[in-house]
Amino acid sequence: MNYIGEHLFPGQLGHFAAVLSLVACLVATIAFFKSNRAEILAEKKSWLRLARAAFLVETISVITIICCIYYILVNHLFEYNYAWEHSDTTLQPKYVFACLWEAQEGSFLLWSFWHCVLGWILIATAKKWEAGVLTVVSFAQFCLATMLLGIYFFHTKVGINPFALLRTEGLLNNAPAFTDITTGNLRADYLTILKDGSGLNALLQNYWMVIHPPVLFLGFASTIVPFAFAFAGLVNNDHTWTKPVLPWALFSGAVLSTGVMMGAAWAYESLSFGGYWAWDPVENASLVPWLVLIAGLHTNLVYKSSGYSLKSTYIFYILAFSLVLYSTFLTRSGILGDTSVHAFVGADIFTQLVSFILVFFIPAMVLFFIRQKSMPTIRKEESTYSREFWMFIGSLILFLSSLIIIAKTSVPVFNKIFGTKMSPPEDVPFSYNQILVFIAILLGLLTAVTQYLKYKETPKAFFSKKIWLPTLIAVTISLAISLSGAMNYDKKGPGFMIAIHIALFAAIYGVVANTGYIWLGLKGKLKAAGASVAHIGFALLLVGILISSSRKEVLSWNTTGVSLFEKTKDQDPAENIALFQGVRTDMGKYHVTYLRDTTNDFDKKKYFELSFESKDGANKFKLYPDIMKINKGRQEPSANPDKEHYWNKDIFAYASAWTDPSVNDTTTFRPVQLKEGDTVFYSNGMIVLNKVMVNPPNNKRVIEPGETAMMLDMTVISKEGSIYSVTPGIVIKQNAVRNLPDTVMAQGLVLQFNKIADEKKRTLEIGVKENKGMTPLITLKVLQFPFISIVWLAVIIMVTGFIMSIVQRTGKTKLTAV
Amino acid sequence: MKKIHIILLVFIAVSIAVLISLMGNLSTYETIATAKQKPGKYVTLSVKMDRNKPLDYNPVKNPNYLAFTALDTLGNSVQVVYHDLKPTDMEKSERIVIGGAISGDHFECKKILVRCPSKYKDDPNAAKNSLKEQTSQY
Repeated sequence: MNYIGEHLFPGQLGHFAAVLSLVACLVATIAFFKSNRAEILAEKKSWLRLARAAFLVETISVITIICCIYYILVNHLFEYNYAWEHSDTTLQPKYVFACLWEAQEGSFLLWSFWHCVLGWILIATAKKWEAGVLTVVSFAQFCLATMLLGIYFFHTKVGINPFALLRTEGLLNNAPAFTDITTGNLRADYLTILKDGSGLNALLQNYWMVIHPPVLFLGFASTIVPFAFAFAGLVNNDHTWTKPVLPWALFSGAVLSTGVMMGAAWAYESLSFGGYWAWDPVENASLVPWLVLIAGLHTNLVYKSSGYSLKSTYIFYILAFSLVLYSTFLTRSGILGDTSVHAFVGADIFTQLVSFILVFFIPAMVLFFIRQKSMPTIRKEESTYSREFWMFIGSLILFLSSLIIIAKTSVPVFNKIFGTKMSPPEDVPFSYNQILVFIAILLGLLTAVTQYLKYKETPKAFFSKKIWLPTLIAVTISLAISLSGAMNYDKKGPGFMIAIHIALFAAIYGVVANTGYIWLGLKGKLKAAGASVAHIGFALLLVGILISSSRKEVLSWNTTGVSLFEKTKDQDPAENIALFQGVRTDMGKYHVTYLRDTTNDFDKKKYFELSFESKDGANKFKLYPDIMKINKGRQEPSANPDKEHYWNKDIFAYASAWTDPSVNDTTTFRPVQLKEGDTVFYSNGMIVLNKVMVNPPNNKRVIEPGETAMMLDMTVISKEGSIYSVTPGIVIKQNAVRNLPDTVMAQGLVLQFNKIADEKKRTLEIGVKENKGMTPLITLKVLQFPFISIVWLAVIIMVTGFIMSIVQRTGKTKLTAV
Repeated sequence: MKKIHIILLVFIAVSIAVLISLMGNLSTYETIATAKQKPGKYVTLSVKMDRNKPLDYNPVKNPNYLAFTALDTLGNSVQVVYHDLKPTDMEKSERIVIGGAISGDHFECKKILVRCPSKYKDDPNAAKNSLKEQTSQY
């Protein structure tokens, strides 16, 4: 059957490219493998040519797939499930890419794309390691390509086809509008009815969501390079890869840090986690590979400078990539459904994801155990006064912390395997913080001291001569901060508070000592200071985390004392304040007024204009939090915060609930009988019926010719003394009666003329309805985050340090090559 | 024994101790019936909202009070009280995960996890309904 108006070509081209890419990856893997194995140079080269050609085909295929999806999204081809599910016609062009990676398929594609880019850089630079390294990369590409197939093999579906048509997904069968009455099948012109998609999730309509996923996926993708080098090293039994891998490991570290912290920035801006870091499994899953990779980077440096720690370098690099795969499994298989708000729900790729981990992890570990006996080891013990010893300890601590985090995050996996019923503790962030604060102390101290030690052996006099000054400065600064009371966080008892203060000292020590090292150790040679700068950034990050998280404040404590609010139990937080439009409300240090709201059709947002005034009068500002309507799943609109930024704090406000006057109308009319001149009370004052008017001359209501109007002239007097005039009434035409109720918005009052109760006594029945929901109202949550800027600044410094090191290391490699 | 071995042993011991202590921190998934036997203990329940019973939430009166009736798969029900905002889309969720403790006659809820909007993919009904609503005008 032919359907009218379908554009099938982009889908067919895209699906062909998906299958082609699968085949090309397979060819590339085999050819690179053969080239790596070949002994004769000519044979090696011919395999390599084939492999590169296959890799080129693969790259073109991946780009074709992306272009096809992009074309489908931009042209709103809703016959495709992908476009229907993830976009709609009102989508702003800048978010098209966010649609691309909203779904599993798109994000796998992004990952695949980065592998291609990295692959070509490796082909250009890796020289003798090219074949070995690219074998692994191509194989990973093969695994990713299977995720995009959507083809059945022996009744099991492999992958998800991003080009599936909406009509084949079964969704349309249930909508009667799409059925052709004569045949019972889908109407041939169903596309004329299907006018819009279900839209992009509102949380993703944020600029961070356009740039954060590509960076994070580049970070994930880049962890394959150290893994591939290590794997090639094991295959070839050659450990010289530890040198060319260094810039790659540094690059991976830099990009992963950026990606993870961009995710944190998004979480912070959209407040969907209540801050920049909430130990949500999705966040943990991206942090853990970073920790292990950094551990590997340090042992790698140790091996290069001293010959120790080769085995641990292998293990850490293998684990870093395996953990990326494991994280992929955690966040995409749906196993975290009950513990994370933000994980994907599993499609039918559970088994595929598990195999994806094992197919890399198991061969690498088996090979490692075969080769480890023949690896060179140094029998002599490291000196306690050597840099390599403490670097190794530092790596172990990083690794240990990653184990703790991943073990906790994996609780749903244990539940699934062992049938246990463990669930997250009451205070999830604290359950992490209470352990990791000690890790922070250790890492801060090690970061501070280790650079002052030399490889092999450090003269004790040298060490103590250099270290005393930074130590003294750090003690002074941290004591000043601690005693200033900026960190009084006693909610979790004195033990935890002491730990925080020690950690603050350790972190400041790290900053001061590494800054000092640039002059004391390196004599101000900035070119060689990459490591110091990265360590300054890392330690400063710890400082920022400690200060900002211990002082997060809720400003919107509901302490208004307005009688409208029920008292909550004292142990429960009441962190939201209700604001009526136009009413200045007391909120702790501020007065807040909800001035008005404006609707913007362009981005489907409704903005609330809020005016904040601090009570001392020093500070006035306006915030515009908004809510956004989306079609998807017919959800309620979702709230977006707005923030006021200061150098030392951010104030966030978001509408946590709001009333829509047209909807929230559930109360009923209370009938009251009145005569002219009578008065009736309502909850906030009284209502007077002045007189009954038949066909009043200057009637403000619309009355059609031939109708007789009977209007009631009434006055509403509120307790505060405000007077409002209202004229409800009815119009009669022959036997039909039309009711014209009237309202007093400010009092939440609706009046209607029900009927004449008694003609002789001239009493009338009036309906009175009170509905507070009529006054526009929002519930506001306001948070203050202090010194958050330190966190972002620290990340920038850290990444700068990584980049400086990459420049330094690639420079050295070039020199030795010459 | 080398220094490094001693340190490794210490690390292993520390990590085991830490992990065990963390396990002690975890709560457990319970059914409503078993939760009722442990009043005051923090537990996690995986429940559905009983749509036949009223959901009590009025942000005008008090934005920090939400009460509803929860049903578990065994058919038991309990009144849930939550002193915070109603999570967006809670009424539409198929299943919610709540953390808290039984206190007297009700479940004093501290945490509500409603499934993420991006996950409605696996709920074909939601997608179907949305399609129906979109096209009901024809």
